[in-house]
Amino acid sequence: MPEEKEELWRWTESNWKDPDLKWQDAKFITVGIDVGSVSSQACIMADGQIFAYANMRTGSDSPNSARNALNYALEGADMAEDKIDYCIGTGYGRVNVPFADRSITEIACHARGANFIYGNQIRTVLDVGGQDIKAIRCDDKGRVTNFLMNDKCAAGTGRGMEVFSDLLGVSINEVGDRSFQFKGEEPEAVSSTCVVYAKSEATGLLRKGWTTEEVLASYCKAMAERIYSLVERVGVVPEFCITGGMAKNRGVIDRLMSKIGLDAAKTKWDTQIAGAAGAALFGYALCRKGKGRKK
Amino acid sequence: MLANYGYSDGSGSYFITIDTDKCDGCGDCVDACPAKLFEVLDEDPNDPMRDGPVAVIEAEMKKKMKYACNLCKPQGDRPALPCVEACKAGAISHSW
Amino acid sequence: MIAAGIDCGAKNTKTVIMKDGKIMGKGIVFTGFDQESAINGSLDAALKDAGITKDAVEKWGGTGSGKKSIQGATEVNDIKAMAKGGSYFFPKTRTVADVGAEEGRAVKVDENGNAVDFAINEKCAAGAGAFVEAMARALEVTIEEMGSLCLQSDKTIPINAQCVIFAESEVVGLIHAKTSKPDISRAIHDAIASRVVSMIRRIGVNEDIVLMGGVGYNPGFKDAMARELGVTVYVPERPEFSMAVGAAVVAAGA
Repeated sequence: MPEEKEELWRWTESNWKDPDLKWQDAKFITVGIDVGSVSSQACIMADGQIFAYANMRTGSDSPNSARNALNYALEGADMAEDKIDYCIGTGYGRVNVPFADRSITEIACHARGANFIYGNQIRTVLDVGGQDIKAIRCDDKGRVTNFLMNDKCAAGTGRGMEVFSDLLGVSINEVGDRSFQFKGEEPEAVSSTCVVYAKSEATGLLRKGWTTEEVLASYCKAMAERIYSLVERVGVVPEFCITGGMAKNRGVIDRLMSKIGLDAAKTKWDTQIAGAAGAALFGYALCRKGKGRKK
Repeated sequence: MLANYGYSDGSGSYFITIDTDKCDGCGDCVDACPAKLFEVLDEDPNDPMRDGPVAVIEAEMKKKMKYACNLCKPQGDRPALPCVEACKAGAISHSW
Repeated sequence: MIAAGIDCGAKNTKTVIMKDGKIMGKGIVFTGFDQESAINGSLDAALKDAGITKDAVEKWGGTGSGKKSIQGATEVNDIKAMAKGGSYFFPKTRTVADVGAEEGRAVKVDENGNAVDFAINEKCAAGAGAFVEAMARALEVTIEEMGSLCLQSDKTIPINAQCVIFAESEVVGLIHAKTSKPDISRAIHDAIASRVVSMIRRIGVNEDIVLMGGVGYNPGFKDAMARELGVTVYVPERPEFSMAVGAAVVAAGA
């Protein structure tokens, strides 16, 4: 990929600490590390309350990403690493968190984390990332009751969107607005969900005189329908939340939300920490059950 | 929980659903499947608070679901699926 | 009696002129976005090759995804064209496979060259010629080179991605990891052959197996298919014309 593509995904790395939380009084300090294909997060909890977290780019070396994320979260904190009772790794690179006590799937951690950061009213979580789409139903405790993850097909993922952004010469940030800049009725969705064939179809439409914005609208509509058919398989029940990079693409998300007919929940927390927060909470639950690391 | 393993692509949706509330990890599905899609894990990877073994679809196989299952899904008359027949708890279902 | 068979495919339009069951002339052009123009171009080339004019043709058969654009021709469904085309070249065939640009098909054939069953991989580029093309671009070689590179390798490396888009990234990763081009090419051919063969299994693997279509020129694919099936795979001469031949045979017989 050309260098400029990195810019399209660029967001600010950040870390945060709770200045008032007396972690020293906590019985269990647990850490969740979520290593994704694009970003990694570390979340440190004291008895199930967030003490600190960090959100940064994964880079090309995921064992180091886990270490870097943890260091970034601990930066400027008065907590030494040996105070951590239990560490759980999750995410795409979860097997590459070498210092984790155990790893748990992103499905479980996302549900648990969404329950924490959006509240225990959450029953449906949709995560659309760079390479996969996850639809999860959960109960009021954040336990998964139904899930599916599609990581086989690029249609509907960030990668699929990238191909079109490339074809049409529209940057990812602009896709949302420009996909609504057409006159008259919304164009029909491209007939194929396969990105390769949709691309071919789009080339034909452009030759027929469709504008870039009309083709973009057509593709975003197809993507929204695609994601909808996946999430519909688990059933969408309020409260509903969306996480992952695609959440920021209103070209796809607005069309998806109008099909779903519900509002998406909001949170004061950084939505990208859901996985790591869920992992840290599992660590806490396991410690309370007496399944923590032997000291 | 209903664990849906598989994918959707341009040609359709292909999911095998394992109901983990019904599954006791007996492993009969592992033996029944000619494509070796199933395996039994000691713990449910998606439900760490659940105790006991559970059947899952092997990670590399879920992306090939349509192709892997073709062995048991010929064109024309389709006999009963070996995995579904083998599961006494009725925990396994196919979306296609 | 002179019959013409025209196969208007997603990528190429092929025409075959047959006289009393023997092939007299052939023509092939890119289909592009104007099917009618491609059909006329392909027909003109075939007529020229046969040394006859259009009015000498008595029967017309049309097949392929663009068959409706073929004026004045008997529509021959793709499956039938495959069955008749395959048995024209190999009368003992019982299974005919074709991996076109946008879809893969397998047909079960009886001793009279009639289609009795079929399976299709459609709407997903991973099961069609588009997969091989995209991977050739990622490897920066031509499709012809891809085929011969494949035969230079004896390693089995799995390609985990089942999607053209993700497989492109995986191939780039293999290149960065210094995997040799022959080994990567073989991995690519094994991946698509596995999908095509699993489709064939839906109708049953019954010899003789015939592979037609442009993919027949790819020795790597033919080899990967034969290894996956465990039997010989037969390819007609000029395999890209096989379906057009099938259409002509059907039109002549009608």
